[in-house]
Amino acid sequence: MDVANRHRVRVTGHEDGPLLLLAHGFGCDQHMWRLVEPILARTCRLVLFDFPGAGGSPASGWSAERYSRLDGYAEDMAAICRELDLRDVVVVGHSVAAMIGVLAAGLEPDRVSGLVLVTPSPRYIDDEGYRGGFSRADIDELLESLESNYLGWSAAMAPVIMGNPERPELGQELTNSFCRMDPRIAQVFARATFLSDSRDDLATVAVPTLVLQCAQDAIAPPEVGAYVHEHIPGSRLVTLDATGHCPQLSAPEQTAAAILSFVGARP
Amino acid sequence: MRGPGAELVEAVLDEQARSAELYEAAPCGLLSTLPDGTIVRINATLLGWVGRTGAELVGRGRFTDLLTVGGRIHYETHIAPLLAMQGSVGGFALELRTAHGRLPVLVSAVVSAGDGAGPSRVRFVVFEARDRRSYEGELLQARREADRERERIQRLATVLQRTLLPPRLPEVAGVETAAYYHPASADEVGGDFYDVFALPGDRWGFFLGDVCGKGPGAAALTSLTRYTLRSAAAHDPDPVAVLTNLDAVLAQEHDRGNPKFCTVVYGVLRTAGEAVEMVLASGGHPPPLVLRADGAVDVVDLVGGQLVGAVPEPRFTRADLRLVPGDTLLLYTDGLIEARVDGGARYEEDDLLRFAGALAPAPPATVVEAIAALLEDFGDGLDDDAALLAIGPRRRGAPG
Repeated sequence: MDVANRHRVRVTGHEDGPLLLLAHGFGCDQHMWRLVEPILARTCRLVLFDFPGAGGSPASGWSAERYSRLDGYAEDMAAICRELDLRDVVVVGHSVAAMIGVLAAGLEPDRVSGLVLVTPSPRYIDDEGYRGGFSRADIDELLESLESNYLGWSAAMAPVIMGNPERPELGQELTNSFCRMDPRIAQVFARATFLSDSRDDLATVAVPTLVLQCAQDAIAPPEVGAYVHEHIPGSRLVTLDATGHCPQLSAPEQTAAAILSFVGARP
Repeated sequence: MRGPGAELVEAVLDEQARSAELYEAAPCGLLSTLPDGTIVRINATLLGWVGRTGAELVGRGRFTDLLTVGGRIHYETHIAPLLAMQGSVGGFALELRTAHGRLPVLVSAVVSAGDGAGPSRVRFVVFEARDRRSYEGELLQARREADRERERIQRLATVLQRTLLPPRLPEVAGVETAAYYHPASADEVGGDFYDVFALPGDRWGFFLGDVCGKGPGAAALTSLTRYTLRSAAAHDPDPVAVLTNLDAVLAQEHDRGNPKFCTVVYGVLRTAGEAVEMVLASGGHPPPLVLRADGAVDVVDLVGGQLVGAVPEPRFTRADLRLVPGDTLLLYTDGLIEARVDGGARYEEDDLLRFAGALAPAPPATVVEAIAALLEDFGDGLDDDAALLAIGPRRRGAPG
């Protein structure tokens, strides 16, 4: 299966606009960008994709070995950049995909010309002199819950087949399905995500970078965003007046405005 | 018809007047938050479960504060996005943090629009789900056992399959050979088979075929077919006679009310200088191809042979063939020409001819490698097993 099909790559937006590669994190698929997509698409060229197994994307080519480290996901992004011959592309990564974007920029320095890190965290577990927001025991509990609440996670990740007469625009197939992932794949992704430590990679960033964080975020608290900003030379930090870990959903206008202002496109 | 009695009317009115009590004492947890998660109302049932007071939580806490860390991450990464996009979620399994540990719950939530200027609310219903969780635990255990059992069956099938195919083809002086077998499923033994074996007088026998059915019955039939062909070949130099012998053996099985049949191409080869001469016989099998040294592709004229073991006095076809260095004979089973490509049309003999045409000339190993790659490409479109056997005169300078 070729790269475009494997990752359900979708290209949309303004043909001559700045090029953005939008990467979703652990949890849902490319639909995470739904509310910002129409705003960004007016002036930017957008490339959206899924990591293998996300939202019912094909899991062909998935292996626990490749995807147990963030580098495997970064290789995917690099492959998409090469396959579509993307040049001068700004990688917009949400959550763990922010750090995956940092790694991908290192793999394709001639193609990636900027980074937007949305609610990034280079390490979720607290360490000496570093507060990630979670203790090792917390993360062990999460991973254990993925194991013990296997059916809970898998039921949550299976699409709920139900019509949605009030909001037909969502369509039946969309209901719950975009947050679906085979629990075996989700476990490996969760492990790769929450046990990662990419702090040393921050200093390697050599492209203009925007860090976008929320004022209140239970997964990537503001001090983590500040840490990322401090450790990426010349980066910009924007704190959105938003709650939660997904500002592209809870505050789509603000999020899109910050991205557009960074890439120099007018809304 | 009688209307409701006065007592009933009174009970209904009384219950309506006590809706606040129903809210507090409902047999499920109830909770309302602002869009940012701040709790604005929580019922007594839920407060009891988590061992907190309304004063501690209302206007201060968030729904996610009540969850375990796993639950909180699950909420932020899955439920919050779904709520934002769908306006509701149903039946999420989470765990509450309680004074005594964790409480498994099922959570449904709906976003209700604010009235005019007021902000919208997210309303949660929380059901205790301890029994369900232990039931799920049992299901999971049963599933793991089923997985283990399936692995055991797959291992058995793989081992059995291996005993039905030669572990490697023998070295034949002056001849190059290559073979490939693609199993349809890891769970079952397929019905395709092939072999190459020595005969008296510097001759070699070879066959490739397909028995009816799959699974243990097919495995037994394959075994019977292989050994019958090998022993008949040792006694009779005429390939048609060898197939006739096989037919008699299978027909005996048939008479026992146990229909057994197969399709097969059987041949005998000997080297003649640099060339290879062979006699082939076919019983109802797709005719082999010859990829010629000059790039042409011939279909070996073996059309008209009938199934072995299925009909009384079947007719088998016979062909003589001479291969010069650079020629390759390709035998294959119908798994290859019945695969579905691109989810619809069958891969047909004409497609294979075109593929072979683009490939020719090519030595046996190259032909088998290219078609094996084609089979891999079919992916799920290939629902049958498929076998390949290619034979050609040894080229000058070829290894071996």
